[in-house]
Amino acid sequence: MNALVKDPILWTDVGAVTDVPLRGSRRVPTADGDIAIFRTGDGKVFALRDRCPHKGGPLSEGIVHGHAVTCPLHNWSIELATGEAMGADRGKGCAPVVPLEVREGRLFLGRI
Amino acid sequence: MTRERLVVIGNGMAGCRAVQEVLKRDPGRYEITIFGAEPRVNYDRIMLSPVLAGEKSFADIVINDEAWYADNGIALNAGCKVEAIDRIAQVVRVDDGRDVPYDRLILATGSDPIRLPLPGLDLAGVVTFRDLDDVEAMMAASAQPGRRAVVIGGGLLGIEAAYGLARRGMAATVVHLMDVLMERQLDASAGFLLTEAMRARGVETVLEAQSDEILGKDGRVTGLRLKDGRVLPCDLLVMSVGIRPSTALAKAAGLAVERGVVVDDQMRTSDPHIFAVGECVEHRGQCYGLVAPIWDMCRTLGETLTAGSGTYQGSVLSTRLKVSGVDVFSAGKFGGGEGCEDIVFRDAGRGVYKRIVLEGGKVAGAVLFGDASDGGWYFDLMKSGEDVGAFRETLVFGQAATEGLRGLDPSAAVAAMTDTTEVCGCNGVCKGEIVRAITDEGLDTLEAVRAVTKASASCGTCTPLVEKLLKLSLGDAFQAQTGPKPVCGCTHRGHDEVRRRIVSEELKSIPAIMQALEWTTPDGCSACRPALNYYLVCAWPGDYRDDKQSRFINERVHANIQKDGTYSVVPRMWGGLTSSDELRAIADVVDKFDIPTVKVTGGQRIDLLGVKKDDLPAVWADLNKAGMVSGHAYAKGLRTVKTCVGTDWCRFGTQDSTGLGVRLEKFMWGSWAPAKVKLAVSGCPRNCAEATCKDIGVICVDSGYEIHVGGAAGLHIKGTEILTKVATEDEAVWTICAVMQFYRENAWYLERIYKWMDRVGLAAIKAQVEDPEARRALYDRFSYSQRFFRIDPWAERVAGRDSHEFNPLSRRMEFEPA
Ligand code: SRM
Ligand SMILES: Cc1cc2nc3c(=O)[nH]c(=O)nc-3n(C[C@H](O)[C@H](O)[C@H](O)COP(=O)(O)OP(=O)(O)OC[C@H]3O[C@@H](n4cnc5c(N)ncnc54)[C@H](O)[C@@H]3O)c2cc1C
Ligand code: SF4
Ligand code: FES
Repeated sequence: MNALVKDPILWTDVGAVTDVPLRGSRRVPTADGDIAIFRTGDGKVFALRDRCPHKGGPLSEGIVHGHAVTCPLHNWSIELATGEAMGADRGKGCAPVVPLEVREGRLFLGRI
Repeated sequence: MTRERLVVIGNGMAGCRAVQEVLKRDPGRYEITIFGAEPRVNYDRIMLSPVLAGEKSFADIVINDEAWYADNGIALNAGCKVEAIDRIAQVVRVDDGRDVPYDRLILATGSDPIRLPLPGLDLAGVVTFRDLDDVEAMMAASAQPGRRAVVIGGGLLGIEAAYGLARRGMAATVVHLMDVLMERQLDASAGFLLTEAMRARGVETVLEAQSDEILGKDGRVTGLRLKDGRVLPCDLLVMSVGIRPSTALAKAAGLAVERGVVVDDQMRTSDPHIFAVGECVEHRGQCYGLVAPIWDMCRTLGETLTAGSGTYQGSVLSTRLKVSGVDVFSAGKFGGGEGCEDIVFRDAGRGVYKRIVLEGGKVAGAVLFGDASDGGWYFDLMKSGEDVGAFRETLVFGQAATEGLRGLDPSAAVAAMTDTTEVCGCNGVCKGEIVRAITDEGLDTLEAVRAVTKASASCGTCTPLVEKLLKLSLGDAFQAQTGPKPVCGCTHRGHDEVRRRIVSEELKSIPAIMQALEWTTPDGCSACRPALNYYLVCAWPGDYRDDKQSRFINERVHANIQKDGTYSVVPRMWGGLTSSDELRAIADVVDKFDIPTVKVTGGQRIDLLGVKKDDLPAVWADLNKAGMVSGHAYAKGLRTVKTCVGTDWCRFGTQDSTGLGVRLEKFMWGSWAPAKVKLAVSGCPRNCAEATCKDIGVICVDSGYEIHVGGAAGLHIKGTEILTKVATEDEAVWTICAVMQFYRENAWYLERIYKWMDRVGLAAIKAQVEDPEARRALYDRFSYSQRFFRIDPWAERVAGRDSHEFNPLSRRMEFEPA
């Protein structure tokens, strides 16, 4: 009945927070393509589908700065919290956000 | 008439404050009994740090002395531990055997320091930092000279402990699991400054260090071994890795306990006669480890236990560090986040870093280092949720600067400023001085005002204000001007200034540069970070540890990313030479790893295209085995050295062009540069190696070697210009390396030699290489740098370095849809 509830139901432990380098990223392959997990300079973590909204560049390979990543292929900047393209490219596309939780230093990715 | 009996377990900060809150409202209501496991009156626990540092004595930090208990008719049982609660009989059992009845009971048992379960935990000299006994143990350990202390945990308490011990003459080291000190309160920039400030106070920091074992001898601690094998010798080991709410009593009594003792908004536990306050509590899923929430909780409990109408709604937190001379404040979302904006201010001269985080036009958090005097003001703005849009421009300068201007439109605000209002905080320049300089000296540009008054010459944050003053004084005659092209949007400084100051101020890390040059973002952007990383690599080849996260992906994984996310691999072919063995090894690699495309490049070598990222280390291992190394086809650095066949075979060859090309490539490979560098050596002016469109080219002639510079054949076709002519092969190598080094040390990041030459002029380069001493010095610096960089990055990766770059974090979801 409750079709609007989008809470992820399955959580998978994919590693320790500290396995992701600060200002860096790691990827987690899935049957539907990679997920990129980012860790920013202030230690926050974010997860996005590892596909740039521009031409599918692997965001996990970009440079992480502030709470954004710059795509390695053509330099779009993507906001990590929303997956939205930033700056001049704002509104042109969005990399889907993947549910991510930290529990006692471990990273859990959610599946809906 | 008998009064209700109120019993308090815990004679700490929360227990006594709760009693004070009750007494304040209804002094005669209860007959009060307090139990405290510590054998002393109530004291200010947070001031244990200054006691340890020798800045205060115990007497200074007592909150309630014995007279207070007596005057208020409170029965204090100090040194008495409560062992059990019988909720049916409503009595507490004390460790001296008594059963003491209650009508209402307050749990204020605080929390226990966590002790990491490391081997050697029970050795003498291993302590935690929670109460006066711990402080006394630490003071005793520091009494003998030459003692060493290690503190595990770089949070607030660990840092204060280390500082205190250093003040007592111990050599103190903080070992921290994370890469930033106090990462829960500080961002990386502030954390870096804290590390430096602690070093200046005699406390060393070891970051990203995992403790493995506490070493001992004859039952006493002698050192700490880290997971990476390092051993830090010590005579005292302080564990400061966190706290756990002290809930054992409550749990045994059957109260609802999660991480802490669960209470409702009235501070009542699951038993209506029992209340709880302080660090032992969990309220709305939240446990606290600071005193401010405790004061809020105790106020509510005071209400609940008297009038009965209090409501606690949770607390907003802020933190200050208590290390003398190190002013640190942090609150809220200090690290920014979704939909947040940062305002960053740095004043290198005063060692100040401020970051104010705005969300929806309101202050959402702040981190202040070096000058935390406005911490309270930001915290108030944050709690009140006031819209700060109207004074956003001056917000970062603090309350005093802002209040003067509030509520006025910007130009009116500037006009309304008094002559003595400080405009430029960095250089202490007031409005009056700037206006006077503009009118008296006829200044009409920002640059001129900067030069004369120094206003906006440091961090640049006040630039808009200075521009407004120019506009106010000159009217329409003023046009906004720009200074040298800034490195990027994070700074107003140009590349030359950045490079010069890295060397002159011995800045040896990216955070150090960002602080000294007053970057306006917390950790830069994808434009400035690679530039700064290169400038550091070039300036400090022996000392600087390359920052991988500030390199573009190709340089991080030593291959070229392709449009489908696979990579191309180009092994070096020295001077364009190869052999049947190399070709065979390449063919085998292509078959083994199913590499779809093999291509001869425009740079005289072979490109393997479409290699999967995970296969890269294995591909390299096989190429390495056949003696091949990375061709750096991805690098802002030396790429190819093309050659022609020269005297070995060609009927026109005048010199050994192939040999010289190979020699140059073997000496210069691996060197990083502002942009890519391509070389070529042709054996005669027919120039089959196309040396006259390379960054540096050599044309061999009968009498020696013509050295050419500044060519390119890509986006722009540029023929080279002739730099000089030398007689011997040795001189050719020295000259080319000198040019390379001069370029490495002076060009702006991403500026290829031809563009750099357009800017500085051929004559400037000539002057360097024609002066034998200057050439020699450049050559020596290049050679020195090559000691560290003439290394095959592939072999290092094959040996396991940065293996996380090539392996997925986890394969657990590989076959599942996500
Ligand atoms: C592979 C290769 C094409 C080929 O199949 O021949 C090639 C491929 C690329 N070139 Fe090139 N260039 C290749 C030889 C050249 C040459 C010819 C030469 O070196 O003699 C030129 C003209 C000479 C020159 O550099 O001036 C050349 C001028 C460029 C330029 C323009 C540079 C400029 O400053 O004008 C770029 C763009 C850039 O670097 O910003 C570029 C960039 C690129 C990039 C890196 C584009 C990119 O960013 O992805 C291509 C990488 C492909 C890959 O993943 O391997 N490539 N490129 C050649 C590799 C040579 C090697 O062995 O390392
Ligand atoms: C060195 C240090 C520095 C700090 N600095 C700061 C700071 O700068 N700012 C800040 O906000 N906070 C700081 N804190 C944290 C702050 O001190 C605590 O949040 C606060 O003391 C918690 O108060 P509490 O009453 O809950 O616990 P406590 O003050 O620990 O009191 C609990 C008391 O209960 C007693 N007890 C426990 N069980 C029993 C039992 N069964 N029977 C009898 N007695 C019992 C304990 O012996 C203890 O005396 C610091 C803490 C330390 C240790
Ligand atoms: S010419 Fe253009 S398309 Fe061809 S390799 Fe060079 S950059 Fe790529
Ligand atoms: S694919 Fe990311 S910017 Fe083009």
